[in-house]
Amino acid sequence: MTREPLAEKTLLEVQGLSKRYLADAPAVVNNLSFSISESEVFALLGPSGCGKTTLLRLIAGFERPDAGEVYVQGVPMGRLPPEKRSIGFVFQDYALFPHLSVWQNVAFGLRRLPSRERRQGALEVLNLVGLTVFQDRKPHQLSGGQQQRVALARAIAPGPKLVLLDEPFSSLDAGLRQATRDEVRALLKSRGIGAVLVTHDQEEALSFADRLGVMRAGSIEQTGTPEEVYGNPKTPFVAQFLGRTNLVAGEAKGRQVETPLGCLALSQEAYGPVLLSLRPEGIGLEAGTEAEILAREFKGHDLTLRVSFLGREYLVQESPTCPFYVGDRVRLVVRASAVVVGRGTPERVKADSRA
Amino acid sequence: MVYRIANRKAPAALVATALGVGSLVLAPLAYLLLRALQAEPAQLGSILFRAQNLELFLNTLWLVAGVVVFTTLLALPLAWLTTRSNLRGKRLFTLLFALPVVVPGYVGAYALLASTGPGGLLEALTQVAWPRPSGYWGSLFALTLFTYPYLFLNLRTAFLGLDPSLEESARSLGVGGLEAFGKVVLPQLRPALYAGWLLVGLHALGDFGVVSLMRYPTFSYAVYLQYSASFDRIYAAWLALMLLSFTVGLLYLESRFLRGLSLSRVARGASRKQALIPLGAWRPWAYLFAAVVVMLSLVGPVLSILFWTRQFPFDSSFALLEGLYNSARASLPAALLATLLALPVAYLGVRYPGPFSRMVERTAYLGFATPPLAFALALIFFSLRGVPALYQTLALLVLAYALHFLAEAIGPVRAALYQTPPKLEEAARSLGSGALEAFLRASFPLIRRGVLASVALVFLSCLKELPLTFLLSPVGYNTLATRVWGYTSEAMFAEAAPFALLIVLLSGLFMGMLLAQDKS
Repeated sequence: MTREPLAEKTLLEVQGLSKRYLADAPAVVNNLSFSISESEVFALLGPSGCGKTTLLRLIAGFERPDAGEVYVQGVPMGRLPPEKRSIGFVFQDYALFPHLSVWQNVAFGLRRLPSRERRQGALEVLNLVGLTVFQDRKPHQLSGGQQQRVALARAIAPGPKLVLLDEPFSSLDAGLRQATRDEVRALLKSRGIGAVLVTHDQEEALSFADRLGVMRAGSIEQTGTPEEVYGNPKTPFVAQFLGRTNLVAGEAKGRQVETPLGCLALSQEAYGPVLLSLRPEGIGLEAGTEAEILAREFKGHDLTLRVSFLGREYLVQESPTCPFYVGDRVRLVVRASAVVVGRGTPERVKADSRA
Repeated sequence: MVYRIANRKAPAALVATALGVGSLVLAPLAYLLLRALQAEPAQLGSILFRAQNLELFLNTLWLVAGVVVFTTLLALPLAWLTTRSNLRGKRLFTLLFALPVVVPGYVGAYALLASTGPGGLLEALTQVAWPRPSGYWGSLFALTLFTYPYLFLNLRTAFLGLDPSLEESARSLGVGGLEAFGKVVLPQLRPALYAGWLLVGLHALGDFGVVSLMRYPTFSYAVYLQYSASFDRIYAAWLALMLLSFTVGLLYLESRFLRGLSLSRVARGASRKQALIPLGAWRPWAYLFAAVVVMLSLVGPVLSILFWTRQFPFDSSFALLEGLYNSARASLPAALLATLLALPVAYLGVRYPGPFSRMVERTAYLGFATPPLAFALALIFFSLRGVPALYQTLALLVLAYALHFLAEAIGPVRAALYQTPPKLEEAARSLGSGALEAFLRASFPLIRRGVLASVALVFLSCLKELPLTFLLSPVGYNTLATRVWGYTSEAMFAEAAPFALLIVLLSGLFMGMLLAQDKS
């Protein structure tokens, strides 16, 4: 298969999408926009109830939006029913047809072909996920990981350019999850299929996606590559949802900021009262007297400590060889630059982050 | 697991189909009303204020009330004995108490009439001719014996669902024995009692076979007489309407009683089993009671039918085959049609629950609750006016069966649909199937058992159905049911016997099939 190198053509564009189920309830999806380019893997990350599954179902055409439009390769989907959209969908619990065998499941979408070619086509796709030996089994005779691969094979068999995945790895146990994730990603990439994955697992979003969007209460708060969003969160919610962080108030003066932890470097220029995100791995410990260790959480490859300083608690991530224990007196050393996640007085920022 | 999607708009095609099915049921009834209103005001007065109407009303009322009381006297103790007492052989007894449902009322009446009187089974056994039951007590006896299983099954389920800790806490508060039963158990049985009473009451109200054979004038019987003998159509329409309003009143009463009653079931699979109550010195009496009920409702009728079958003139075997063939020829297409019509209604109710789908389902239930004679008359008027070519055809009979038994077909299909996740259809649609194709390819294979159960259930009901067959079948079209009724009304018990036997055997067979399917 030949692919145009770096041709950034838009595959999916979502514009101002809104959906509410009950007239007097808040919108589940609220004026939401984003786009992904061809063969890009995009993750939507958010807590449960933030509207991410509804968004996916709107794109697939299972639900009708109240406002907004979905474009696939520039074509508006309008009121097109799901079967006319050529968008693959992988359900959270796979929704394999229990009365059909594995190969019949995969062949389900190849309905226009004569029967021999249908079987041939299904077996080709099954081969990609390494399940040809199970072709005649029924879904309930497969393990969770195998069912998940059949579901993916079934979704990509008709050759869609876009596949939507609704928490597809959540019902797999932890050991299987990583391996399946890698396989799915490799398969999507090798076939040049774009994907939108919905998840509440931040680690999954960070490792699976080319780009991700963090959703909250029906809107996307921030999109970007995993590195961008993790390293440069724009809001306190994003900072807290993607990994652990310390939110610290300060007074910005250009590239520097005055905080209870002292004068710190800023990642970008800012002035006036700000709220800052300091990742635990950006803070270290030295022997000292001003702070006290409250808790120590050893995780093998690293070590997280809870430290009390001037009446506040801070999370610090240290190497496992760190010599301090609960009760020891230490000094906090900030090694990374702080990121501005909100402006204004701490009270206002807090109120914003709750809204 | 039960799957539902709420708050979603149903596709227009589905709504239109369900609406069409609903209006098919309603249209004849509406036309009946229209027809009745055609009477001149003066004529109307003379129709409405006949002394006969009051008599019919009271007769019908006494019969319904009597059947409700007497079925309760049988069903309540029997349900208690088979669930809460330490009676032995509970499973066998449960089966025996439920089995009389396979005996249609008119076959039961046949058995009663055929076993008494000169030449009957009882005379053969005791050398004395027993008096033949008839009138009110005859009707009451027959209807009670062959409808109490409906109440029994309802109450049994309710007894099994009781939370034992409630009765125990009553006892710990110093209230025991019968008082605890009255204060704690009985109130919890109320929903089951009302539902059972409704079923039994509707049966008594709609019954034609028993009251006509026992010659007890109720609305149903009067409608039949007006229609067949004097053919005063407007009066017949009015009588049917009165019968219908009786039904509506019964439905209203039930909903009225049920309102405010918490129907929430106690958590299933209660942690402890209910302790069985020892019968003690009552044990022999309990067995005697059970034995008498089984004798009267099951063993007696079957023996009587067999007794007379031996005297059947076998040169009329051809009529037997013809009856069987005619019954099947009308019942099978009706069962298929009813199930086909039930599919969109059940689908709408399960996938798009809401006021509209509830309304469509209720319409189907109204068709079922409508006394068959009133329904048949409505269809006759409707077809004579709308499509006269349909009158006196098999097609009209099939349609009548299908619309009347639509509610029965909805049940199993709906239960099966609840077990089918809607995601499967969504998956099919994301793979390029349209809505109908997605249903047929993804959901239908999974509900096939439910669909088969619906077909079997409706087939069985049509096979047993008498009044609809009577009024709507083409001239000279005799089924098993009409033969039993016809011969019995002329006291030709030997001729009727094999037809009755065939009905009971076929009913039992189908019932067994349905039960076996339930278990697997």
